[in-house]
Amino acid sequence: MCGIVGLFLKDKALEPKLGAMLSEMLISLSDRGPDSAGIAIYGASSGNEAKITIQSAKPERDFRGLDTELAKAIGVPVSVAVKSTHAVVRTRPDKIDEARETIQALRPDIRIMGAGDVVEIYKEVGLPEAVVERFDVRSMTGTHGIGHTRMATESAVTTMGAHPFSTGADQCLVHNGSLSNHNNVRRELVREGMKFETENDTEVAAAYLSSQMAHGKNLGEALEGTLSDLDGFFTFVVGTKNGFGVVRDPIACKPAVMAETDQYVAFGSEYRALTKLPGIDNARVWEPEPATVYFWEH
Amino acid sequence: MPATKLSKTAAHDNASRVFDLDAMSLREFNQALHKLTPGSNETAWEALNPKGNHSVAVGVDQPVTIDVRGSVGYYCGGMNDGAAITVHGSAGPGVGENMMSGSITIKGDASQYAGATGRGGLLVIEGNASSRCGISMKGIDIVVHGNIGHMSAFMAQSGNLVVLGDAGDALGDSIYEARLFVRGKVESLGADCIAKEMRAEHLDLLQGLLDRAGVTGVKPAEFKRYGSARTLYNFNIDNADAY
Repeated sequence: MCGIVGLFLKDKALEPKLGAMLSEMLISLSDRGPDSAGIAIYGASSGNEAKITIQSAKPERDFRGLDTELAKAIGVPVSVAVKSTHAVVRTRPDKIDEARETIQALRPDIRIMGAGDVVEIYKEVGLPEAVVERFDVRSMTGTHGIGHTRMATESAVTTMGAHPFSTGADQCLVHNGSLSNHNNVRRELVREGMKFETENDTEVAAAYLSSQMAHGKNLGEALEGTLSDLDGFFTFVVGTKNGFGVVRDPIACKPAVMAETDQYVAFGSEYRALTKLPGIDNARVWEPEPATVYFWEH
Repeated sequence: MPATKLSKTAAHDNASRVFDLDAMSLREFNQALHKLTPGSNETAWEALNPKGNHSVAVGVDQPVTIDVRGSVGYYCGGMNDGAAITVHGSAGPGVGENMMSGSITIKGDASQYAGATGRGGLLVIEGNASSRCGISMKGIDIVVHGNIGHMSAFMAQSGNLVVLGDAGDALGDSIYEARLFVRGKVESLGADCIAKEMRAEHLDLLQGLLDRAGVTGVKPAEFKRYGSARTLYNFNIDNADAY
């Protein structure tokens, strides 16, 4: 099954509540996937710093002293904000790739969840409620976000097998379904130089989109490509720095409901996920059509 | 169950029994419906705040009316056997799945596989229905005021599907003896589904269905009929390579 949610705010007044709204949406779908949960939040862009979200199975060991060691190694100020098993590393945008490589050299057991100017990604094994509590997602602010609660079918129940998956700056993806040609697509992407952390099918879809966008396509065009290049069942919700997109495979057996008001565009695997949103009773509510790309950008 | 959670809208026995699903569990509501016995005076029921919950009013087997005020999730009214259920909102996947008799009316839209495997009764969708509407229907009558999605009436065996709007791709794929009436455009027909002549008996049948569904201002002659070409009934040795 799996449950996925997405929320793209149009009304700035709701931005302080993004984390709380997205958390409630995800928790309402807990029985669609009890294995693991994750959330990606797109916060405000500060312009002079970029972020890397990192994860460690031994956070006390790996995160201690990382800020000073990393700052010394890359020669610019670094901050590390620890949240349970995750931490957000902030530094100058032009140093982000170097910081990423240095983190992996300094602390080989640290996993990179995602990086970019605005995105933070938190995911762990466990129910949505526990994951949301652990990372205090309810207090997070932002412009848009996506979330996922997983019932694993295609690969192991691990932190790294949880969604969202990110393979490009500020890009991430959640998926309900399963892909059948992911091994072949992964091989092709590896040949292009993309790196994979897991055997998971969804990571391949995320990498596919990142690759398409790296070749100059916009989000909508990249999503269009999934319809011909990915085989299997999927409802995807993707986030980019400015945008939010949805696409379903042509068979469209994985459920999807969307709602739009003047204040937001929301996605849920089921209507249940949308019932607590403000003004939902008067929202335009519809099911996205199969093989049709929807996207919104700020 | 605490008596305070139940209220009656009026003092006499056959007034509506109102259940607020915000204040009590869905299971309490469904169990109260399942305890109904023939001849009960409690003939009118109402559920408030369904909020997309699954399995609202499933398995009711008495001829009562049930008004659900809001949108429901999966399988609303599934296995219904005699109740007249109205959803004042939209319905999630599988509304009226395997209905035996009675009626279900959806004031809004219905998600995928509405009326799947239904054996009897009438399902009316006043908005649009999504993909696989009437999949494997086995005697149910379905009337959709709007459009229906792809793969509708897949392997439909008997009963009638009436669509006032358009039908999506692969309508009636591998259909048996169900009758499909579509007023608008059909995106494409599925394997072994063909357009058929609309004879007087079909016009009468369709008028009856429109009347039962409360549809006015629409004439049976505006519809086209589709059904099985019956070429998939028996194994054809020439198709052996296809398997």
